[in-house]
Parts: sequence; C-alpha cells; structure tokens
Amino acid sequence: MRALACLMFFLAVGPAAAETLITSLSNSRVLINSNYTGTSIAIFGAIGRDAQTVARATGYDAVVTVRGPSQYVVVREKEKLGPVWINQEQQKFPVAPAYLSVLTSRPIEEMTSDQLRQRQKVGLRAIIGAPDFTNTREGADRPFRDALYRLKAQEGLYVEDPRGVTFLTPDIFRAGIPLPATAPPGNYDVEVMLFADTVILARTITHFELVKSGFEQQVGEMARDWSAFYGLATAAIAIFFGWIASVTFRRD
Amino acid sequence: MQIYLPIAEMPVSVLLILGMGAAVGFISGLFGIGGGFLMTPLLIFLGIPPAVAVATQSAQIVASSMTSVLGALRRGALDLKLGGFLVAGGFVGSALGVWFFAAARRAGQLDLVIVISYVTLFTVVGSLMMKESIREFLTKRKGGSVRLRRRAGEHAPYLGLPARVRFYRSKLYASVIPIVGFALFVGFAGALLGIGGGFIVVPALLYIFRVPTTVVVGTSQFQIVCTTLVALILHAVANQAVDIVLAILLIVGGVFGAQFGARAGRNLRAELFRFLLAILLLAVGLRFAMELVVTPAEPFSITVGETRT
Repeated sequence: MRALACLMFFLAVGPAAAETLITSLSNSRVLINSNYTGTSIAIFGAIGRDAQTVARATGYDAVVTVRGPSQYVVVREKEKLGPVWINQEQQKFPVAPAYLSVLTSRPIEEMTSDQLRQRQKVGLRAIIGAPDFTNTREGADRPFRDALYRLKAQEGLYVEDPRGVTFLTPDIFRAGIPLPATAPPGNYDVEVMLFADTVILARTITHFELVKSGFEQQVGEMARDWSAFYGLATAAIAIFFGWIASVTFRRD
Repeated sequence: MQIYLPIAEMPVSVLLILGMGAAVGFISGLFGIGGGFLMTPLLIFLGIPPAVAVATQSAQIVASSMTSVLGALRRGALDLKLGGFLVAGGFVGSALGVWFFAAARRAGQLDLVIVISYVTLFTVVGSLMMKESIREFLTKRKGGSVRLRRRAGEHAPYLGLPARVRFYRSKLYASVIPIVGFALFVGFAGALLGIGGGFIVVPALLYIFRVPTTVVVGTSQFQIVCTTLVALILHAVANQAVDIVLAILLIVGGVFGAQFGARAGRNLRAELFRFLLAILLLAVGLRFAMELVVTPAEPFSITVGETRT
C-alpha cells in the first residue's frame, strides 16, 4: 500500500522532478507568555535546480499548508420545531485541525486542476471537502462542512490567502503564517508544495510547536497534575479576597 | 492591556474583565444573588470556552458572596441556623441535579432542557415578584399599609407541619420539611443550570417563608458561598477548567463591586428592591426566550471537544 502510494506520488510528479525544495521556519518553538496576543511565523523556501533540470515555461508556485492540533468538533444545526428553534442535526469531525491555513503565491484555482486539488488536498476547500474529513451522508454533510469553514474563518482560525507566498527571486520565496491568539498550544505541521505547470514537483513537511512558558506553563501543569490542590488554592484565594474586601470596607 | 489566560488559552483585556467583575459584583451585592447567570453568558460572549467560563466564575461568586456574608455576620443580618438547613438540603439536591444533567446529556437534549428551565424559572419567579411589588405600590398609594411581616399567630399552613424549629434571627417558627424540600429544589436547579440559585432563594425566603428582608440577603449569600465552594473544587478536579488568572481578575473587580452593591442595597426601600430584582429576572428570562423563538442569524454552531496534540 505504501509502495503503491509512493509510486503514485512519483507518477504524479512526473519524470522532470529534478527540482529540490528546501524550507526553513523562522521559529520552531513559539513560547506563550503572559502578554502573548498571537504571532506570525516566517517560512522561507529555496528551489534547488541542477544541470539536468528542464527549463520551465511558466514560473513556480508554492502552497504552504499549516495544520494545528486536532480537535473533536461537533457542528449542530438549529431547526424550527413548532414555535422554537432547537438543535436537530449534527455532524461530527473527529480530527478537525484547530488551526488551518493555506497560503499560496496566486489563487489556487489558477495553479492546478480541480482533480489534483481534490486528490492531493490542496487548498482549504479541498481539505474540508475531503471524504475522510467527516462521514459523507449523500450530500447532507455539505452544509456542515461549509458551516465549519465559515465559523472557524470568523475566528481567524481557518485562513486562505492567495497572496500569502511571495517570491523574492524566481527561486526563493517567503510566507508569513499568521497565528491568532486563539490558536491553541500544540504541534503544528507546515507542508510546502512546489508547483509548476499544474503538477507538484516537490514537497516538504516541517513542524513548529506552540507552548506555554514560565508562569503559564506552571499554572497549566498545576491544574492538570494537582487538580485538587489547585481547586483548593483557587477557593482559598477567593475567600481571602472576600475577607480582605470586607475588612477594607468595614465602616459600620 | 492584554493578559494571556493559561487555562482558557487566549488573551483578554484586563480592564474589561475587571469592569465586568465589578458590574456583576455590584448586582450580586445589591440583591444577595450570586450573579452566575449574568457572568457566564458574558464570558462566553468574550470567546472564553463555556466549560472554563462556568467553572471560573464560581470563584468570583465565592469571593463576592464571602464579603457579603462577613458583612451580614457583623450586622447580625444572617440566620446561620436557617442557612445550615438550606445548605444541607442543597447538597442532596445538587447530587440529584448532577445525575439528571448526565441523563439529559445522554438523551442529547441538554441544551433544550437548560434553555427551557431558564425561561420558565426566570419568567415565573420574575412575574410573581413583579405582581407582588405592583400590588404593594398600589396599596401604598391608596394609603393602606404594606404588611409582609406576619402578625403573631398568623401562619401559612405548610409552616405548621411537624418537626418545627425556631429560627430567632428570621423571626420564624416553622417546620423544617418545607425548608429542606425547598433547598432540595434549589440545589437541583442549581446543579442543572450551573447557577448558585440565589435568585430563587431570595424571593422564596421573602414570600414563602416571610423572612425579614434584612436577613434574607445575608442568609442567601451564606447558602451560595457553601454550594459554590463545592462546585468550584469539583470543577477544578473533574474538568480542570478553572482559570486562576481569570478568577483573580474577576474576584478583584467583583469584591469591590459587591461592597458598593451591598451598601446601595441598604439604602434601597424594600419594595423598590423587590421591584428591581423582578425586572432583572424577567429581562434574563426574556433574553433566553428570545434565543428560543427568534430565527437565528447563524443556525449552525460548533462545539469543540478535547484538543489532542
């Protein structure tokens, strides 16, 4: 199965796959401290060519796909039942990424064919519309996939930017990955695909980690590993502040 | 100024949270209620995950109710004996409520149960209080005297059941059966709706048990502190959803707000106090009713489970 997948990959890439792709992230470990309000991570890519590499009639295109930690997401739809609106149908997304962004050097539709986009999951629509993203229910799942995209996009967590990748020279490009503050801590995968003439020439996968540091990290660990103590401590703080206020304001 | 919340995993504006804490604390101190039914929706509106919002605001309720309890204790406006009965009954009721909560969740209609309970509870309690205070206003205008306090020998029949206990502070000599039964109901509703139940305790003590207004607030706050403390620790252990940074911000705002609220409450005429509380409850009830009836702009909603890394 794996061998077959490899074979298909090389077939898709074609015989002219002499380009190599080298990518590097500005930061592989992003620390969250108490004044963290989101960040941006730069990724640089260089296209290596050797003597045998054929000359390309068109230029290169790059697609950067960033996937955050997986979440179990349920999308529910309200429907009218008598006089009231209540949640009726639901659709489960067992491994939806908490954060998903696709940055490209030009609109993705101009880059490659519809079929290749579907097969290789290039672009937000293709990823969210993929059959393994959630169970397909003969088209009934469609509005739920759209709703997930829409609601996540409103929070800035699902982003597609057709001008997100900039070519500095014909062989070197950079992209800025926007991470909003609500993107959760965890491991992020960054996949870079190099396109020319509607086919994928090369791809790389790198990772970065978003972690709480210092005080934020300690609090998170306390809450998880010493939950009873943590709860009691919070309760003690609450009682203490209550007492302080009543003493401060004591006039009668 | 923004600060990152380690458990909610998002930044918030410090001043905004302090202000919210103060505003809800003021209302809490004024009416002797916890204010959870106001704070939870506000926090969720800011984008804080619902589990963290429900769990964390209980810390603020503990703090602001604590100041009220200590103040009431000094003024002698707290009936510890009556409060003790309420707390004991409340714990049993909470356990039943938690069980029913799980059952409704299994049935898949928890949201509906919660919204409908909110609507009925708030509108029923609110309209009863509204009716009562309008009648008081009218009687007063006609020159009649408003008599909420019992005359000697005048009792509602349910207070004369067996197992009577004398509550000196509350000027009450009544059977503990309706009191504990009522506390069971409050604990049940509180656990189901994630609220302390102060807004049910206050009107019930006023109208059903005819406890003097001055004692009502302190006693209700005492019951709230005890139930919410247990809820806070349970939330921390079971859900790990208590955000200590958010809690401290809410507490600091809340305790000061509660002090001013309690002070304002003392200068407020009793019937005006009841009228304002009635309006507040009706408004919240209507808000939830709207949510149920009005066509939603976005019929879809997402619920996020655990994040796996």
